[in-house]
Amino acid sequence: MPLGLIGKKLGHTRVYNVDGVATPVTVVQVGPNLVLQVKKKDSRDGYNAVQLGFDSQKESRLSKAVLGHIRKQNGSPVKRIKEFRDFSKDVKPGDVLGADLFEVGQFVDCIGTTKGRGFEGVVGRWSFAGGDMTHGAKGWHRRSGAIGCRLFPGHVNKGLKMPGHMGQVRRTGQNLEIVQVRKDDNVLLIRGSFPGSEGEYCIIRESKKIPVGSARLKAIHEHRTKIRAAAAGAGEKKAADKKAAAAAKKK
Amino acid sequence: MNKAALFDKIESEQFRKEPMKFNVGDSVRVHTKVVEGDKERIQVFAGVVIGIRARGLNQTFTVRRISYGEGVERIFPTHSPRIEKIEVEREGKVRRAKLTYLRGRIGKGAMAVKDKDMATAAAAK
Repeated sequence: MPLGLIGKKLGHTRVYNVDGVATPVTVVQVGPNLVLQVKKKDSRDGYNAVQLGFDSQKESRLSKAVLGHIRKQNGSPVKRIKEFRDFSKDVKPGDVLGADLFEVGQFVDCIGTTKGRGFEGVVGRWSFAGGDMTHGAKGWHRRSGAIGCRLFPGHVNKGLKMPGHMGQVRRTGQNLEIVQVRKDDNVLLIRGSFPGSEGEYCIIRESKKIPVGSARLKAIHEHRTKIRAAAAGAGEKKAADKKAAAAAKKK
Repeated sequence: MNKAALFDKIESEQFRKEPMKFNVGDSVRVHTKVVEGDKERIQVFAGVVIGIRARGLNQTFTVRRISYGEGVERIFPTHSPRIEKIEVEREGKVRRAKLTYLRGRIGKGAMAVKDKDMATAAAAK
């Protein structure tokens, strides 16, 4: 199952895609990811997983146990360590993974931590309508209204939407298209946006649902692949023509 | 590589190879590629540049024309590969960065922007 990498969200920009359409993209730093450990089902771990480490960290900020674990692979101290279950690529400890784990046109899930909103009222948290701002309304603008009944049932229903802490939870943006893979910079450009603030760590993994899912996304993928292939073909043809012309000139 | 340098790099790859030369007030013909089915053809939009929004890669410019008595404006992203080329028909002399005042005008004065050459000639006199 899913290949994945630990990443860091850098920001957003825009890219003109093969159709000449401006595409909004999120820029994500996804490497180098160092393979720290490979767990196997038939070993004492009892399950298949790959443990990755990402981003540099001050040595003094790590415990000796963690440091020793990293040093075993001759790695420099890392900030984030994450395990990926059932990694479909064969890797061994000490390997370095990067942006080229993914390819252009592939669909990925991006997991991030949403921005923390603190203690938020019902209007912000659950999009309640609140009350009128005018028409004689006094002090009843952003309230939730009644929350229960009478003697029966005699209590407030469980799960009722109320004010409280909002944000800073793990959320997944599903089936986002990879627009560009920049191997040299270890950077992915992913179409659209996904949860989390800039500079925040995230997980980029193969899309879990796309193969059985949307015909629309599949169609997009095929269309883009076709155009891309055509463009590459045209480029090659141009180069060949140029070569031929140069050769003719020489003669 | 730091973040700013990386973004510069990503964006600079997409900039137009030959920068387009035109200014606010110029009368231009914008050639855009239009895809109809499998065919691609060139469509021309002619009018006066009434504003340039300079935002690096996201730079856009607005062209206004009077079409069948109705004012029409189109906003073009300067660096879009869909824009084939821009011809400057006439350079205009204007004193403002955004020519929004043209919107309120009707009739003959709607497209009246002074010609640059004529203006300089007049100044020389």
